[in-house]
Amino acid sequence: MSERVLMKGNEALAEAAIRAGCRHFFGYPITPQTELAAYMAKKMPKIGGVYLQAESEVAAVNMVQGAAAAGARAMTSTSSPGISLKTEGISYMAGADVPCLIVNVQRGGPGLGGIQPSQADYWQATRALGHGDFHVLVFAPSTIQEMVDLVALAFDKADQYRMPAMILADGMLGQMMEPVELRDMGDVQLPEKPWAACGHQNKRKHNIINSLYLQASELERLVKERFARYETIKAEEQRAERYLCDDAEIVVVAFGATSRVVKAAVKEARAQGIKAGCLRPITLWPFPVDAMREAAKTAKHFLTVEMNMGQMVDDVKLSIDCSRPVSFFGHTGGVIPEPGEVLAQIQKIAGGKE
Amino acid sequence: MKDFNMIFAGFGGQGILFVAKVVAYAGLMDGKEVSWLPSYGPEMRGGTCNCSVCLSDEPIGSPLVINPNVLVAMNTPSYDKFIDAVQPGGVVIVDSTLVTVSKERKDVRLIRIPATELADENGMKGLANIIILGRLFKETELCAFDSLEKGIAKSVPPRKQHLVEKNLEAIRLGQEQA
Repeated sequence: MSERVLMKGNEALAEAAIRAGCRHFFGYPITPQTELAAYMAKKMPKIGGVYLQAESEVAAVNMVQGAAAAGARAMTSTSSPGISLKTEGISYMAGADVPCLIVNVQRGGPGLGGIQPSQADYWQATRALGHGDFHVLVFAPSTIQEMVDLVALAFDKADQYRMPAMILADGMLGQMMEPVELRDMGDVQLPEKPWAACGHQNKRKHNIINSLYLQASELERLVKERFARYETIKAEEQRAERYLCDDAEIVVVAFGATSRVVKAAVKEARAQGIKAGCLRPITLWPFPVDAMREAAKTAKHFLTVEMNMGQMVDDVKLSIDCSRPVSFFGHTGGVIPEPGEVLAQIQKIAGGKE
Repeated sequence: MKDFNMIFAGFGGQGILFVAKVVAYAGLMDGKEVSWLPSYGPEMRGGTCNCSVCLSDEPIGSPLVINPNVLVAMNTPSYDKFIDAVQPGGVVIVDSTLVTVSKERKDVRLIRIPATELADENGMKGLANIIILGRLFKETELCAFDSLEKGIAKSVPPRKQHLVEKNLEAIRLGQEQA
């Protein structure tokens, strides 16, 4: 085991990406994500990689598409307003089956919003990361260690399914330091990418990376193929953590940084004899439907806690076919819920039941 | 105290984030769960700056400290901003060279140490933060002493390791002020 060191989330994420074999980073600065790009700027030139600060977010995401289309393990990172600008390129990559990693260190919105932590891009990440019929893989870490571990997984899954993957973090995870163990992954062997548009000395037919299909029937065939792949992903890639859920009658659903607060509240509720548990989606797309259904076997009531206005509520309701009441508690960007507030909500639900 | 939920606050440039990092690293060396979260609003040099640090035997829930049981205030605005939030029975350390205590609470332990003056008199300019840390350690024993030493060595950048000894001197000076 290597040593646990203190690192800022943004820097740890950057180091993890480098260790996972990423050698192409294209970005544009924005708080609270900037340390990630700054770390890449320092490190990449020393290891033969590319760090490029583009003239805009739109340029950066299209550079990612170029590098990834040539088979490189490429990424970009930004914060909420920057993602809005990048959605065009993300949609193009989804439409051309190009794998890459996109990091969103979320801040408050809409508009320029604020620079404090937020989870208000849940809908954007899981529903509409650009125009058209498509999904991206969305991973939501809750600690810096998990963020580091999910980087390599996100790259691998993106390659496996040939689609963009996103790490949906927030300003708290990006800015804080906590102990993290960075594993030495050695020389990472990237999977073969026979589809990539790269040099081949005329030994094969050239590959074309494209998302334009003017024949409606061909476009439909490709989109349907992609959606068949999405069904496989939904079956294989759901991830969730269950905390004290085995006999939980009140299941609190929370992702990312908010789940840390919820766990503290759940623990206190248990000490008071309330059968509460925390169910934490690690993948937001695919949503951990199976874990929700499993929890519904003991749950009488679900409560989602988020740093937004309740964007995950519908996914919980749909997962359990509205078979249990689903309440919501949350704050918007920068107002981090306190354990006491969440506990009060749990107590209110517990009290109402008796 | 078993769990430490601390706020370090002062002007940008006083080494608030650094001293907070030393404490977090010291906790890590003690095998504790730790977190360090800076305020990252539109602060600038000369503006106010604060940092939350948690040390616990349990995984840290929210790294944002709202009601600290330790407050280190290195300027008056920081003292005024956070004094009411300190838990009863908590420890409050102020740099009395710079802080005017306008409001005193009876239910917390207030420690005044003229850290900036001591730093200037002892050729430790810029180490008022570490002198305060020495005093804080004396008061709370928040970690093992050798963990504190390791915390300093880990937090000082590799290129500046010659400054470690000066930092340790500042710790000792702070301890002696009890």
